[in-house]
Amino acid sequence: MSDIQKDTPLIEMRDISIAFGGVKAVDRASVDLFPGEVVGLLGHNGAGKSTLIKILSGAYKRDGGQILVNGEEVTINNPRDAKALGIETIYQTLAVADNVDAAANLYLGRELQTAWGTLDDVAMEAEARKVMGRLNPNFKRFKEPVKSLSGGQRQSVAIARAILFNARILIMDEPTAALGPQETTQVADLIKQLKKDGIGIFLISHDIHDVFDLADRVVVMKNGQVVGYARTDEVTKDEVLGMIIMGKVPPAAIPGPGALQTV
Amino acid sequence: MTTSSNGVITPAKEQRRPNESFVARFLRQTEIDSRLLGMIGALLLIWIGFHVYGALANGFGAFLTARNLWNLTVQTASIGVMATGMVMVIVMRHIDLSVGSILGFCAMIMGITQVRILPEYLGLGSPAIWVITVFIGLLAGAAIGALQGYLIAYLQIPAFIVTLGGLLVWRGSAYMVARGETISPVDSTFALIGGGPYGAIGATGSWIVGIIACIGIVIMLISSRRQRQRFAFPQRPIWAEFLLAVVGCALVIGFVLMVNSYPWPVGIVRQYAAANNMTIPDGGLYIAHGFAIPVLILIGVGIAMTFLATRTRFGRYVFAIGGNPEAAELAGINTRWVTLKVFSLMGLLCGLSAAISSARLNSATNSLGTLDELYVIASAVIGGTSLGGGIGTIYGAILGALVMQSLQTGMVLVGFDSAIQQMVVGAVLVVAVWLDTVYRQRTK
Repeated sequence: MSDIQKDTPLIEMRDISIAFGGVKAVDRASVDLFPGEVVGLLGHNGAGKSTLIKILSGAYKRDGGQILVNGEEVTINNPRDAKALGIETIYQTLAVADNVDAAANLYLGRELQTAWGTLDDVAMEAEARKVMGRLNPNFKRFKEPVKSLSGGQRQSVAIARAILFNARILIMDEPTAALGPQETTQVADLIKQLKKDGIGIFLISHDIHDVFDLADRVVVMKNGQVVGYARTDEVTKDEVLGMIIMGKVPPAAIPGPGALQTV
Repeated sequence: MTTSSNGVITPAKEQRRPNESFVARFLRQTEIDSRLLGMIGALLLIWIGFHVYGALANGFGAFLTARNLWNLTVQTASIGVMATGMVMVIVMRHIDLSVGSILGFCAMIMGITQVRILPEYLGLGSPAIWVITVFIGLLAGAAIGALQGYLIAYLQIPAFIVTLGGLLVWRGSAYMVARGETISPVDSTFALIGGGPYGAIGATGSWIVGIIACIGIVIMLISSRRQRQRFAFPQRPIWAEFLLAVVGCALVIGFVLMVNSYPWPVGIVRQYAAANNMTIPDGGLYIAHGFAIPVLILIGVGIAMTFLATRTRFGRYVFAIGGNPEAAELAGINTRWVTLKVFSLMGLLCGLSAAISSARLNSATNSLGTLDELYVIASAVIGGTSLGGGIGTIYGAILGALVMQSLQTGMVLVGFDSAIQQMVVGAVLVVAVWLDTVYRQRTK
């Protein structure tokens, strides 16, 4: 990776704020992400991490702040805008349409069409078989509605959808929450592979163990504010836990606006 | 599919399952929906039931006669056309209670257009009248639907409320435009849309349509098999393909034979012969009805809507939104625009049904289409459209309309009075939804 690329973050979110009915869900939070980097976004339930990331993926509209992609300011008003910028999201709720099959979900919103303008189901299914074969070779149930799949299989459908369209930025909200140990390992391998391809990944979790080994950096949030930023090779898990629970920032980390004020 | 103990799914598609019953294997290999068979069974039960009841109670089974079945198909057309649109509306987790009133309003607009306005400019009986009239009716329906769709999608008013308001607004509007008068008679070409002896295509035409349909069935089966071969997808066994082709063609030919064995009434034949300077031979002249035009319209709409629902992006979005509105939105689908389009389509189909109904009645009356919303919703639901959204088929809704109309016709034929008819229709709707719930829980 060249130095120039290193200098310009893939994504930079500056002073993002959003309030729901007077409650500041996110309060002047700033995060950035470089190509080929995995940034873990940590915090308790309700710390504002999912909300912050939903602003990036276009699901929510921010009240204040800027979003920069490759150093240029962008407007993201809806999920279509985000996808156009190469930002793909895998939601905690696994946003899949339960009543249609895997291929239809993979291509939802971006269906392949024949020369006649009709859906090219056969081509979509063939492509889906290729992607799923790489991701989860055990997956064979292409004809059935996603509803009848297991949690892990649904997760692979959601991930396949995100990587199918050459995402540059991948947001994974609690990607392993619904998975068993074997499938969790698969997801971890996948993240490493995507990282090698130069994709920037935000990993969101309330569980530090999910994230710590995979992430290059962590950003900890508490009560809507950023507590601090740390490189995972410079802090211990216990120190990060201290940030999550108490808002106490260790010396190796950079404090944010939400850091515990030392008396 | 079988799930082994460690949760890994192993494919079992090609394996023979030893404890699978003959019926289950038959259904799986032919890929026939068990629900479709259930509906056909219910339909046959109703038909035979009313026929036998009529034979026993009145000494004459009138149901399974060519005349009754022909009329049944014509009566199904108007409701059936709207039911195909209602499937899309309900699949998207909405409802449209205003279809009957939109039908009444469109019929009134078309009545005034062809009886009071166009003859002044084009002259009475001009061949352009029916074309312009139908176009204006469809346009009015689509515009009303789009307006309601806008209120639902962009102003976020629940569809139930918007269309409940529409139920009153459009019925009132229909009254306002003509001050409650009945507009009659309609243009003579326009009247053909409603069926009747002249509004049917005759024996030869029906055979042509039937043969085209048979060829279509065979071509569809072959091309689907080729597609599957090309991508090495699992295929039906060859005997199943043949069975489907034979059954499909037999149904088509049976339908043709049925419509061709219902001759024109003697009076119409005499009138027709007089108009064409023909002499009627001693034994009487046998002129078959053949397929009625409204039935052909319904079949055409059914094919077009099935295509729209299963082969286009629009249809895919409708089903995806019904399955998970949030996921569809997050996937970048413009859900509001799709909602507006679905309601507009529903309005367009109401306009088409208005043409069929008013042409059949040869007049536009203020009460045309009253209570149709109930029959249309019932047809869609009986046809397997889930009120929870995301599930439904066009052919199911058309079959559902046929079931509803069969019940209605049957009760008239055996002489039930209208109070009992209403009670039965209401009860059938509730029972159908209950059966549907049970079916879904079983197959989950």
